[in-house]
Amino acid sequence: MHTFLSRVNAVSAFSLSTLAALTFLCFASTFLVNYTAPVTINAANVVLKNVPEYAVSREKHDLGALRFDTTADLTPLFNWNTKQLFVYLTAEYETPSNKINQVVLWDKIIRRGDSSMVQLKNQHLEYYFWDDGNGLLGHRNVSLYLSWNIIPIAGTLPLWSGTGSYKLSFPSEYTQGRSF
Amino acid sequence: MEPNDNKLYILDGGMEPAFHRGHMLFLTNYEQEPIRVGQIVVFKVDRTRHNIPIVHRVIKVHEKEDGTVKLLTKGDNNNVDDRGLYVNGQAWLNRKDVVDRAQGYVPFIGIVPIIINDYPMFKYGVYSGLGVQYWVKIGGF
Repeated sequence: MHTFLSRVNAVSAFSLSTLAALTFLCFASTFLVNYTAPVTINAANVVLKNVPEYAVSREKHDLGALRFDTTADLTPLFNWNTKQLFVYLTAEYETPSNKINQVVLWDKIIRRGDSSMVQLKNQHLEYYFWDDGNGLLGHRNVSLYLSWNIIPIAGTLPLWSGTGSYKLSFPSEYTQGRSF
Repeated sequence: MEPNDNKLYILDGGMEPAFHRGHMLFLTNYEQEPIRVGQIVVFKVDRTRHNIPIVHRVIKVHEKEDGTVKLLTKGDNNNVDDRGLYVNGQAWLNRKDVVDRAQGYVPFIGIVPIIINDYPMFKYGVYSGLGVQYWVKIGGF
């Protein structure tokens, strides 16, 4: 261990092994963690239209709109291995033509250090609520729930949902007119 | 970099701030497991004859009783969904377009291959450095 080069070599090899071990520990220590949290969701101002979805085809599809409130305290989800949470609101429902429909209506990235309380009131949808067809008219059982993808510093990328959902109903008649 | 069966390196910024260039993802593709919103998937697009894998998140799922499914994806960091990227002007991805799903993640590992690819001078520098080292070792100095 006399020359400069052999010292650099020894130090870098040791650092790399330590980094590898720490990375593995990050993964192993959070592999089985339960990332659930209670959530409250509410929706109002529910409107339904039937207009052509030009991005997909020339056909008319159901287009829903609503405003929602939600509260969730996601602070317990930020452990030593959490880099970021990708939080999203999903509408899930069944129609005669599709057994399972899932549409993400809103999402948000919460980075480590940002405020981890989700508190929204009368929030607009971020994405259009298009159905793949005309299955939303008079639908009484659309589930709204909040979920999150945990992005670790190193490790698995689990998806978890909050406990607590909202049952949304759509009107039995389309809203005419241009205002939404 | 081409995805292997089970891992790939992130090449673009579409999923920032979660993943950056040089991070590595571990992937699986269990056919029986259904694809649901929120999952991060790998699909290919045909850009000027190169098959580029894109790693984005599923934001819409419409699945029929017989299992046929329509999927829409979007990068977290992008303002628009991926419809414009799909091959042949498809409006949706189907199950066989999805090559893999992201299960785990390690930061920064791939940065060396990416630097070598983007900056060829770096590659030549490394090789010359190795060459000099070898030359010194065999007593050429």
